[in-house]
Amino acid sequence: MAMPEWLRSRRGKNAEARDAALWSKCPGCGEVLYRRDLAANQFVCTKCGHHFRMGAHDRINMLIDGDFHEIGAEVQPGDPLGWADKKTYAVKLAGDREKSGLSEGVVCGLGAMDGFEIALGVMDFHFRGGTMGTVVGERITMLLEEARKRKLPCIIFTASGGARMEEGMFALMQMAKTTAAVTRFMDEGNLFVTVLTDPTTGGVSASFAFESDVIIAEPKAMIGFAGRRVIEQTIRQKLPDQFQTAEFLLEKGHIDMVVNRHDLKAALVRLLQYAAGKVVAS
Amino acid sequence: MNLIVEREKGLLELERRIADLRTANVSQPVDMSAEIAALQAKYEELQREIFGSLTPWQKVHMARHPNRPTALDYISQLDRFDELHGDRMFRDDPAIVGGFALLRGRPVMVVGEQRGRDTKENIKRNFGMVTPEGYRKVQRLARTASRLGLPIVTLVDTKGADPGISSEEHAQSEAIAKCLVEFSEARTPIVAAIVGEGGSGGALALAIADHVIMLEHSVYSVASPDAAAAILWSDATKAEEAAARLKLTAADLQQFGIIDEIVPEPLGGAHREPALVVGKVLGSVSLALQRLSEMPVEALREARYQKYRRIGAWQKERPEPIGSTR
Repeated sequence: MAMPEWLRSRRGKNAEARDAALWSKCPGCGEVLYRRDLAANQFVCTKCGHHFRMGAHDRINMLIDGDFHEIGAEVQPGDPLGWADKKTYAVKLAGDREKSGLSEGVVCGLGAMDGFEIALGVMDFHFRGGTMGTVVGERITMLLEEARKRKLPCIIFTASGGARMEEGMFALMQMAKTTAAVTRFMDEGNLFVTVLTDPTTGGVSASFAFESDVIIAEPKAMIGFAGRRVIEQTIRQKLPDQFQTAEFLLEKGHIDMVVNRHDLKAALVRLLQYAAGKVVAS
Repeated sequence: MNLIVEREKGLLELERRIADLRTANVSQPVDMSAEIAALQAKYEELQREIFGSLTPWQKVHMARHPNRPTALDYISQLDRFDELHGDRMFRDDPAIVGGFALLRGRPVMVVGEQRGRDTKENIKRNFGMVTPEGYRKVQRLARTASRLGLPIVTLVDTKGADPGISSEEHAQSEAIAKCLVEFSEARTPIVAAIVGEGGSGGALALAIADHVIMLEHSVYSVASPDAAAAILWSDATKAEEAAARLKLTAADLQQFGIIDEIVPEPLGGAHREPALVVGKVLGSVSLALQRLSEMPVEALREARYQKYRRIGAWQKERPEPIGSTR
């Protein structure tokens, strides 16, 4: 390849990547937003209020004061089925690691939120669409077991396309494993809160997401069991836009509240106060 | 189009000819025993050729065979059955059949997913795809069984949970999630038998158990092969490939420690000798219940917790060995 061309292609690639890192287009209103402004506004569009999907670490930084002690970080994915389609599972995972900066689809740990010690799990859609495989199930289970041992309230943020196909039945069984851990945890009088973010579907919505004491959702988050495409194919008609949104679920009585991201931490702290029996009148 | 039904056609034709010859042989003076024997040999050879080793995709079709024994075929062979109806809230879902029963003299609560054999029954039973109302019926039956200490027997046979508008409006996710909770908590032995298709969360909702049995040609998968192909490759026609990759056969799942026992089927599948197969499954369920009933309830629940706690395939990141390089 001729040198100038090589240089151009190199520069093009870098510039594109830099631009992508600097600017984000809002899927809600189309506004092009400066990434730093977006981050400063908790990844909520400054123009229309659209809630962008958030990275797990950004979310943890938004909620936790001080240190976060991670649980289950050493648990890493295996390849139980020896999966390979166009790519092997190992290659797919490597791509997700690079894209998300995470080792798997959930980050779990202990930390403090406004003075309350809590167990916190945050799923990240950027890793394999937030799908639940063994590692997600194992880390969530470890989190709930640790919270039970320490008698801490547990909050889990969900974001998931469902069970991870590449791990087959091992993935489905994580629904059973996490449910058993939730059940034991809740049996002993501990508060369990789930916050459903865009999207929460399939094996995650049909297990721990809907097993908590209080279910919060972020505005406009897509939440359901079957994916929109599957339902449309089954009934052979288009679904209304509102179908399966957080607001739709609130109206139908499936969730407790829809909370704007800017008010989320305060809302969670109020719940922690009730559970601790420590509500200070102001 | 069911692959097994197609492959069976030649065999069934041969079967008819042999039967005709046998009848004729009795009433006619000419001895045709040699011809009958030859046809019989051909029949057996063809049967071995077709059913000797089934691919995962063929097993999916075997599991979906219209004549395969369904939940009610098992329930009808119990000593007694008193059906209970409804979710006490909204509706009675005909895709779930459940109630009190006697199994080999033992009082149990039986709950099964019921599909239909023909179009009319399939419409009534929603092709065995359970709605939230059905899962809420399962929950209440499981709660009653747990309180009374009655063992629970489940029969799993579904493509998956119903994916319709009304099911979403009635919180399908919550309905399945709470089934998982009820079976995790139940203070009584649970035996699940996957007798047909075990599709995704809709199957798991009835399959958390102390002992999980699968019929040899049943399948059990994270998503039905058709759905998996659509999810993975946006192409439902690649279901055969998905079936091969998902490792959904009874043999695979026993090796993974996800199921506990396989009940063999006669050559040609369970529908060739339904009475025999139903009896074998009920026998296995009964044996498992006998063993589980001897365990104290707390030990039983702890063993159930540990059983699911262990399932998974992950590795610990190996820490850097200390002082290994010199």
